[in-house]
Amino acid sequence: MSAHLRYVLQLADTNLVWSHRLSEWCGHGPVLEEDIALANMGLDTLGQARLLYAHASTLENKGRSEDDFAYFRAAPEYLNFTIAELANGDYAHTMVRNLFLAMYFKLLWKAQLASSDAVLGEIAAKAVKESTYHVRHATDWVVRFGDSTPEARLRVEAALAELWRFTTEFFSIIAENAPIYAAGIGVNLRELEAQWTEEIHAVLNEATLEVPATSAFRSTGKQGVHSEALSVLLAEMQSLARAHPGAKW
Amino acid sequence: MVVVAATRAEQAVWDILNTVLDPELPAVSIVELGIVRGIELREGEVIVTITPTYSGCPAMEAIQNDIRFALKSAEFTPQVLTVLSPAWSSDWIAPSARSKLRSIGIAPPAHLASKIGVRVNPMLGIECPLCASASIEKLSEFGSTACKALYRCLACREPFDYFKPI
Repeated sequence: MSAHLRYVLQLADTNLVWSHRLSEWCGHGPVLEEDIALANMGLDTLGQARLLYAHASTLENKGRSEDDFAYFRAAPEYLNFTIAELANGDYAHTMVRNLFLAMYFKLLWKAQLASSDAVLGEIAAKAVKESTYHVRHATDWVVRFGDSTPEARLRVEAALAELWRFTTEFFSIIAENAPIYAAGIGVNLRELEAQWTEEIHAVLNEATLEVPATSAFRSTGKQGVHSEALSVLLAEMQSLARAHPGAKW
Repeated sequence: MVVVAATRAEQAVWDILNTVLDPELPAVSIVELGIVRGIELREGEVIVTITPTYSGCPAMEAIQNDIRFALKSAEFTPQVLTVLSPAWSSDWIAPSARSKLRSIGIAPPAHLASKIGVRVNPMLGIECPLCASASIEKLSEFGSTACKALYRCLACREPFDYFKPI
């Protein structure tokens, strides 16, 4: 697999898996408006994933469709960030994950506009607008949890403590990805990390929440080494397509 | 004469496209929304280029089918192409569509998309589409579709959809 294809699949897989976790909230949101909001964000990230898979298909040039990428690859072939696949917890957990991922993608897409890969730039131009609303939604909730009741604060603190360690994966440069930075396809991860950290600190500060301590833990989803949560997610997401290959509705 | 004929045919295509309504906004045509980016008449075919409002807009397939159906009904041979660039903006919504959006209970965007930042007060300038009051509250950043947010009017107490600037 070329480094270019690998990079596009990392972006596509993260958006698809995150979208699936968002869609699992459908019918379970704390209030109707939030239920709809999460479904809409799931739709945005699914749409972004589809555009990226279509691009991956062109790059690979082996005739694999969007559905082939989504439904007929096993967990070790998925290259999403581990944070996207973790099983849903309470609402604070989902809002903190959304804040981390949406902020990452908002900044990434903005930087990706200047990519030497023109198609990636076109996808970024659409996605950056959508990500801006995702960041706003998650920011509102994290701030609200932070300066709300003791119960809300406990929950958002627990979510931060659990999820913070997974964000180092956003900015780690792995050997397999090195060529895409040299070719100007990827973005400068050091600059992205500085921007992300500054923005996240500002939100946590407004929410009167402490920035969690860094840890030595490193997640490795973008290299295809996942938590057990991804296999469970894929088993459900892929079951229909695998039981009835070529099914149409 | 050829040029005039081509222009007439093009006008006929635009007239037909103006009757194709957005399935989620059934008062507004896809031309007024800025979804149709261009048409080209080539060797008996009409090539219609459209762009999605949102990456995951589920109405795109329905819109493509509606365009094909409308043009085929008028004896054209349509081909529909989808482009991503330049990315669709709510700034492209025609002035004529704004009052139509209000007529179906949707407040049109109050800002140019370029003016929208993450930490900007998103409520300034939004008016209730029913009573025109500016006294409103946000219920949710996301409404019945990805392109809309949900607000409530504090004067007439009616909830309403707001077409988000993007």
